[in-house]
Amino acid sequence: MNPVSLQLFDVLLLLSIVGLAWASLASPDDRRSVILFMALGLLLALAWGRLLAPDVALAEAAIGAGLSGALLLAALREQPRREAPGATEAVAKRGSSPLQAMTQWVVTLLCAGLAGILGWVLMHIFAGPPLDRLTQAVSANLGVSGVSNPVTAVLLNFRGYDTLLELAVLLTAVLGILALGPGRAGYQPAGPIFDALARSLAPLLILVSAYLLWVGAHAPGGAFQAGATLAAAGVVLRLAGRQRIGLPPEGALRLVMAAGVGLFLAVGLSLLLLGRPFLGYPPAWAGALILVIESAAMLSIAATLVLAFIGGRLPAHGIPAAEPATRRREAITTAAAPERGGEEQSGC
Amino acid sequence: MLTAQVLYALTGCLIMALGLRTALLHASLLRRVVAINVMGTGVFMILLAIAYRGPGLAPDPVPHALVLTGIVVAVSATALALALAPERGTRR
Repeated sequence: MNPVSLQLFDVLLLLSIVGLAWASLASPDDRRSVILFMALGLLLALAWGRLLAPDVALAEAAIGAGLSGALLLAALREQPRREAPGATEAVAKRGSSPLQAMTQWVVTLLCAGLAGILGWVLMHIFAGPPLDRLTQAVSANLGVSGVSNPVTAVLLNFRGYDTLLELAVLLTAVLGILALGPGRAGYQPAGPIFDALARSLAPLLILVSAYLLWVGAHAPGGAFQAGATLAAAGVVLRLAGRQRIGLPPEGALRLVMAAGVGLFLAVGLSLLLLGRPFLGYPPAWAGALILVIESAAMLSIAATLVLAFIGGRLPAHGIPAAEPATRRREAITTAAAPERGGEEQSGC
Repeated sequence: MLTAQVLYALTGCLIMALGLRTALLHASLLRRVVAINVMGTGVFMILLAIAYRGPGLAPDPVPHALVLTGIVVAVSATALALALAPERGTRR
């Protein structure tokens, strides 16, 4: 492609991205906002491909557009529809008071100022010499990392700490979700067409996730993309109204959830015992260790994301249709009741 | 000269600011979660623009790894936020 048409593509893509972002943020309806956000995620995946970041493009399409969208839509399902216009009323009401209008202006100006300063700093960085010290360090040591995909080498070897802590963040988030009680209501059993689609999609998604995990060592892919694809299989099965969506029983599920962080830590600590630095793999073993850690991480990520989509604990006997939501609502009301009551009384 | 790197980085700044403004001002909690995600994508765009070296040149893998981590942390935070406020999406 010649530079002019490439630049035209860039401009059109970025205009669509800014337009979609604006439409998603400013839409009066929450549901429309979520759907526009998912469309934005797909265009972003295209942009990441354009910036030669195929690993990120895969993750964006699977997680940013796919699973975040599914999570938002599932959360939206619990809200009564009538709340959407209420939101715009609230905004309009806020805008009408002079103080609120002034707040809006101040916040808008501050945000614009922040973007301006950031842009100015970035222009200075781009005008200077290229920042390729880290790039050179990565390519110089890629041979001993155990993998040939530089992004996987950074994630699982050179900056393994980051990924370990990231898995811990994921585990903490899902522990928080599980602490809130049983999950959202399940879905109605699907009709014959969607059921057949789910039946053929689920094994295909599992196969794709195994491929992404394996290929991540030398090409775009890896544990995150694979875990998200595996979680997508669970989401499809749940949307099709299946009771058990491939998740193991409670005890085993907890093991799977903790496997990513646990195995990562176990490998790091055993290396310490062998006299090597924490997570400093011996080059001969690095490839095998990375694959083992990534496999455990993939299972943990998939289980975590599926539980996040369910929005809480999965009862041992599966999900009875519609019951958990009401139970959960009661639980929240009773938990919040004492404080709420106190507040209201003092307010009166 | 407006290179692709500059174009994407400045668009990232714009998207981040748009997301931040909505996250601060909007009444709906669900919209704020969407806005924080939009803001995150602006940051990712800046990082990936910094990593970009031009057509045919290998980009810097370190920001790519940071963005991958960021995407997973963003979805964790989104999931927890949505679970915490299931039916008070627009109340404050």
